[in-house]
Amino acid sequence: MGLSAVTVLGIDRPGVISEVSGAIAEQGANIQDSTMTLLGDYVVMTLLVSGTLAAEKLRDHCPDLVITTVEMDGLRDPAPSPRAWFRPFARTSPGEADDGVGFVLSVHGADRPGIISAVSGVLACERGTITGMNSRLSGDLYVLIADVRIPGDVDVAALMRRLAAVGAGLGAEITFRPAVPELL
Amino acid sequence: MTPSRAPMTAPTAPAGTAREVLDAPHTLLTTMAAPVDPADPRVVEAAADLLATLRRADDRLGVSAPQIGLGWRLLAIDVSSHPRTRSCAGELVLVNPRLTQAARWETAREGCLSVPGLVGEVRRATRITVTGQRPGDGESLTFHTDAFEARCLQHQLDHLDGVLFLDRMPTARAVHRARHPQSPLRHHV
Ligand SMILES: [Zn+2]
Repeated sequence: MGLSAVTVLGIDRPGVISEVSGAIAEQGANIQDSTMTLLGDYVVMTLLVSGTLAAEKLRDHCPDLVITTVEMDGLRDPAPSPRAWFRPFARTSPGEADDGVGFVLSVHGADRPGIISAVSGVLACERGTITGMNSRLSGDLYVLIADVRIPGDVDVAALMRRLAAVGAGLGAEITFRPAVPELL
Repeated sequence: MTPSRAPMTAPTAPAGTAREVLDAPHTLLTTMAAPVDPADPRVVEAAADLLATLRRADDRLGVSAPQIGLGWRLLAIDVSSHPRTRSCAGELVLVNPRLTQAARWETAREGCLSVPGLVGEVRRATRITVTGQRPGDGESLTFHTDAFEARCLQHQLDHLDGVLFLDRMPTARAVHRARHPQSPLRHHV
């Protein structure tokens, strides 16, 4: 069972995380660690993935993203030959600016393929955007923390119920709390 | 420490048995614990077991009943060895504890015995008042404390509500791998 690093670059748009993590889960591969951040209007994700991963399928799934994969086992070779693919950006206009309201989403539970995909899917349905994300796998414990912005008109209570239902279905604990302003 | 503080454990407290600490994910770690009768012999025994579990390793600063497999509102702390400690009650066991006042919030990094390998930055009050009962005689106790003892108590109180520090991450960037798991400065609360 190999370990691969997947990097994802692209114009930020709703659904990026959901699609990438969904495409990975679909192949039966497992996200060990991941980090995602926004640089300007660009989304940058790095994921450490275990299991068999066909990079072509990822690229087919998300044609507007630049996706590279590197087999980490290869890095131990004296002359590593990382497999990498590059595609030009498909320039699309980022979603209309809506600062929205900040929340922090915490998910923890037993490691289950598809947690990120399920949770980010619920958020995407409510036009929520993930602006930062970290996931950690420590022993049997899977932890995902995400900074989320949702439009001001979204029914937060209903969204929380949907998240809780998804969490219950995955055996994971989910909390969704308003972000505390960092500048006091 | 305030002058009004009573002894932490009843003079007749039995010697306890150190118990295994549960790792997350575990249902007891995400479930609200139930109030208990401080005079119930099983609670007195559990209090002694908590203390014994706490004493088992130098890096243990606090432990709650759910972490040793009991869904009861009972916690034990001893932060006397921690460098960020100011006020310090030494070994403290509380039954049915309640946070009654909290002020001066600060963000600092903490870990958890039940979440090995991860730490996070958590915003907690640095001046608090906690009430509770002493195991055995059930005497009501009131503690005013600060700094790291306040942080440790709030962390344990969270355990009684089925809340982990992971539920209090202020941002996605606030969760980290514990870089040096064997470090003596690791803060297990
Ligand atoms: Zn803990």
